Amino acid sequence: MARLEDMPESAEHLRALPCPEFDSTPWAEGPPVDRRRVAMVSTAGLHVRGDAPFSVMDADYRVIGPNTAADDLVMSHVSTNFDRTGFQQDVNIVFPLDRLHELADEGAIGSVADYHYSFMGATDPGEMVDTARHVAGLLKGDRVTAVFLVPV
Amino acid sequence: MGGLAHYFETEGLPTTQISLIRQHTERMKPPRALWVPFELGRPLGAPNDPEFQKRVIMAALDLFHRTTGPVLEDFPEDAPSDSVGTGGTGEGTWACPVSFPLKEEGDVRKALALEVWQLSSWYRMAWAKNGRTTVGVSGLDMQAAVALLADAARGLEVENPLPGLSWPTTLRLAAEDVKAYYLESVAAQPGRAATPAELADWFWGRTKAGETLRALKAIALQSEDQEMQLLGSLLLVPRAQAHR
Repeated sequence: MARLEDMPESAEHLRALPCPEFDSTPWAEGPPVDRRRVAMVSTAGLHVRGDAPFSVMDADYRVIGPNTAADDLVMSHVSTNFDRTGFQQDVNIVFPLDRLHELADEGAIGSVADYHYSFMGATDPGEMVDTARHVAGLLKGDRVTAVFLVPV
Repeated sequence: MGGLAHYFETEGLPTTQISLIRQHTERMKPPRALWVPFELGRPLGAPNDPEFQKRVIMAALDLFHRTTGPVLEDFPEDAPSDSVGTGGTGEGTWACPVSFPLKEEGDVRKALALEVWQLSSWYRMAWAKNGRTTVGVSGLDMQAAVALLADAARGLEVENPLPGLSWPTTLRLAAEDVKAYYLESVAAQPGRAATPAELADWFWGRTKAGETLRALKAIALQSEDQEMQLLGSLLLVPRAQAHR
């Protein structure tokens, strides 16, 4: 399987991309993992078919609700520089909702949130501050105690 | 990703994350991150491997047991090798689904229509096998999508069929749907096991659709419209295929 290091034309460009740096690392606590309620936040530009597609520098989010079927999820991330064939074969390689439900059934985690969220990762993270605060409120409303962040 | 972790933690929400680009995570210092040695686009490693995917998730969630941070840990396993095709030996020869000489410019539309038609059975089988399709971000019928791209790649003025979106966005979404349709279809063919890189080489180097998108890139770069220039420079053809 190819790693980023095996793709020099992509690796150099991606490593050089600007990203925000912070003076401190905030640290929130929660219950043991087997009692946590887990939500996913993806930056793969995922959304339900028919929702507004993501555009360049879109700092908004899309919600993925409790009754969303895998066949309803599409991806409008603007970057062409990552593999999509894995996602085409199995949604869980990008958005492992089935795996989270299995882990909840096995007792490894407490429960799975009803609502999950998607951003488009090519956007400057600094533009996402207000949206992220809004989504944080929604996650708390869903009693989430662990946010699993999944890039693409 | 590290930025979102910072914002959520500041709001009191505990986070853990997968990291695909270690250098970015080192710079942003999110509280908990698991670096994985996987290809971009595959944060859980491999498709249709539930046990491997669960090991990745639990390795990320186990970082919640740490009492101080930031934590940046390496996932110890490489992704299992996988090929996208439905089996076979993996020794099949990749070929363009359509190969005939083009005599006139107008044949591009016809050749694309034929490619789509010839792949349609495989596309339906892929949909049935996977239980889903990722085609559909534009909402355009596939034949309409390729006709639109063929005309745009010849520099023709075409009415935007998605009036709520800018013309470059319509073209980008149509291109995404065409790529997904081709790659889902060809992955359903038996004996055609191939890596993602081989599939990309096939699409961009050996299909009329790939050739059309490369032609559209050149047209977009000539435009005076900034969004069209962005489309041409970054949003149509992957960096790894730009040499063609």
